[in-house]
Amino acid sequence: MNRIVRKEYFSPQVVEFVVEAPLIARSRKAGHFVMVKVGEKGERIPLTIAKSDTEKGTISLVIQNVGASSEKICNLQEGDYITDLVGPLGRATHIENFGTVICAGGGVGIAPMLPIIEAMKKAGNRVISVLAARTKDLVILEEQVAEYSDEVIVMTDDGSYGQKGLVTNGVESVINREKVDMCVTIGPAIMMKFVSLLTQKYNVPTMASLNTIMVDGTGMCGACRISVDGKTRFVCVDGPEFDAHKVDFDEMLMRLKAYN
Amino acid sequence: MTRQEYIKQKWGEPWRSELRKSVKAKERADRPRVHMPELDAEYRSHKLKEEVNQGLSQEQAIFEAGRCLDCANPTCVTGCPVEINIPTFIKNIERGEFIEAANTLKETSALPAVCGRVCPQEKQCEAQCIYVKKMGKEAVGIGYLERFAADYERLNGIVSTPEIPVCNGTKIAVVGSGPAGLSFAGDMAKRGYDITVFEALHEIGGVLKYGIPEFRLPNEIVDVEIEVLRKIGVKFIKNCIVGKTISHEDLRNDGFKGIFVASGAGLPNFMDIPGENLIGVMSANEFLTRVNLMDASNPESDTPVQMGKKVAIIGAGNTAMDAVRTARRLGAERAMVVYRRSDEEMPARLEEVKHAKEEGIEFLTLHNPICYEGDDKGRVQRMLLQKMELGEPDPSGRRKPVPIKDATEWVEVDEVIVSVGVSPNPLIPSSFSGLEVTKWGTVVINQDTMQTHLSDVYAGGDIVRGGATVILAMGDGRKAAAAMDEALQGN
Repeated sequence: MNRIVRKEYFSPQVVEFVVEAPLIARSRKAGHFVMVKVGEKGERIPLTIAKSDTEKGTISLVIQNVGASSEKICNLQEGDYITDLVGPLGRATHIENFGTVICAGGGVGIAPMLPIIEAMKKAGNRVISVLAARTKDLVILEEQVAEYSDEVIVMTDDGSYGQKGLVTNGVESVINREKVDMCVTIGPAIMMKFVSLLTQKYNVPTMASLNTIMVDGTGMCGACRISVDGKTRFVCVDGPEFDAHKVDFDEMLMRLKAYN
Repeated sequence: MTRQEYIKQKWGEPWRSELRKSVKAKERADRPRVHMPELDAEYRSHKLKEEVNQGLSQEQAIFEAGRCLDCANPTCVTGCPVEINIPTFIKNIERGEFIEAANTLKETSALPAVCGRVCPQEKQCEAQCIYVKKMGKEAVGIGYLERFAADYERLNGIVSTPEIPVCNGTKIAVVGSGPAGLSFAGDMAKRGYDITVFEALHEIGGVLKYGIPEFRLPNEIVDVEIEVLRKIGVKFIKNCIVGKTISHEDLRNDGFKGIFVASGAGLPNFMDIPGENLIGVMSANEFLTRVNLMDASNPESDTPVQMGKKVAIIGAGNTAMDAVRTARRLGAERAMVVYRRSDEEMPARLEEVKHAKEEGIEFLTLHNPICYEGDDKGRVQRMLLQKMELGEPDPSGRRKPVPIKDATEWVEVDEVIVSVGVSPNPLIPSSFSGLEVTKWGTVVINQDTMQTHLSDVYAGGDIVRGGATVILAMGDGRKAAAAMDEALQGN
């Protein structure tokens, strides 16, 4: 089970793994995630499913090397096995024909955004994808995103590719020129916070896919809890997507630093 | 033959009559109950993985077994949710037939070494012992003896596997590998069914692995009992969530004729008070899962855990005792149980409370947290406690805790573990269409058969009870197995 059939580098720090997981490939929907553990003493970490191939029975996971556990995964090679892989977890993204949808993804968040972009397009939406990264090398999956988007706007912090600026600059330029019915955002918590503040200003409904600390990923522990509209919710079972305008991002940003 | 007739028949065997006559009843009753040897409190409060209770020696076990009067109508059996033939196993210990004793346990219990350790015997079998009911003496140490017999077998490497009939080819699925699921699986395998247990986590055992710490229940013991189930043909599939990874329909299509849902009550309750989402405030499930399942305090483990110096556990059930004693072992200088009622109402096993006190745990009874405050980084620093008093009994007969006006107190803490109960995890019930659940999220069943509103789906353990005990979960597993077998035979 869970053999890595392909490993591909998007950048020196961002890796895509195609992993055998036929049951998960069959049942997953856009927005679902898996919990992954590598090695006997490994940690359980959540990763969103970027793609799946039901015929081949595989799912794709995109990982950025940011710490001990992600490094352990990134060091795996084709033919290796992921020790434990469970899913699909969380609620699937709410997909319907909203009209015009902005999909705002930052950094490695573009990977989990991809299935949502695809599903939104297939549901009949006009999809405008805003991809943001620090620099040119970190812009991933642009071609695949373009396949299901009516328009792709690329933003880089240093202007090395696309337009210079933050994801919010790209989103705001779209909102200023046409009516937007929905915004979906996935990326670092701080980015989602600012996308949310921006769209709130313009009254554009916004969903954010939250990436909190998790342990089991099945609702057993509450490590991933956040406040939404003043109520405590568990990201792993109630989410990972929430109405961004109701999420307490400051609390979430604080809790992400629990083990720093 | 009914259960009663079977117990009676065993009682009447010649060796039993001999043994009864060999020591006068008065002499038996005059014996003091043996005390189980345990690790020194100061030493053990630093040892996360050393079991506190050391088990009885053979001499102690034989002496204690001799206290049992071998009643003709043993009331103790009625106090056991799986109706272990208690006098028979105890009398086998008295005559030195320890393996025979272990085999008697296995007739009805899938996990005797576990139950001997974690059952609240003082509320179950031992509460029904004639010594307690009629004579005002301490009950026979049934739990100690159960543990002795099961350990004797394991330590001597002669764990036998029950004989099972040829597989009847009927496939049955079990959802969850906790005590209810394991008990059901064992009983069904003994009846010849082809059993597959699906577990969401990466370890088999449910709460026995992620919840109950090693100093109370070593993992090795759980694994031995799981191995017995494997040997009688039970298959285990880890990392598979029924309802998510595979659906009820998938199971039906794969030819499963019956499903036993034993997914437990894993969803932790919080109190919804200010500051509960500060860093350092966590559920007992999170704390215990990190330490027990993920081995977080071991430097080789990738999973981190906070090791607080001033730790408060909110609540006083077994989970709270496990958490507070674990926190102590991870270096807490001050480890406190905060409970809104008094000592008497504490739901934890008496022995765990006693052990906790010996280990230097402070008990702030009649206190209830109102809010938590943190520093500028969001880390919890102190808690405000409301002092309580006991008022009139509520409809359940328990005296209700009432706040004492203006009596509050700030207490410094750097870690708070919330252990105020659990709710059934909605994940599985919500994915079985047609399954009826109560407003508390428990699955509705027929109490006699454990059958849900879906004819092929049975359920038991905490998913139907809310948070309860290991042995009640096992009793449900046994009952569901008997009922499902009867239903399938009838078809």
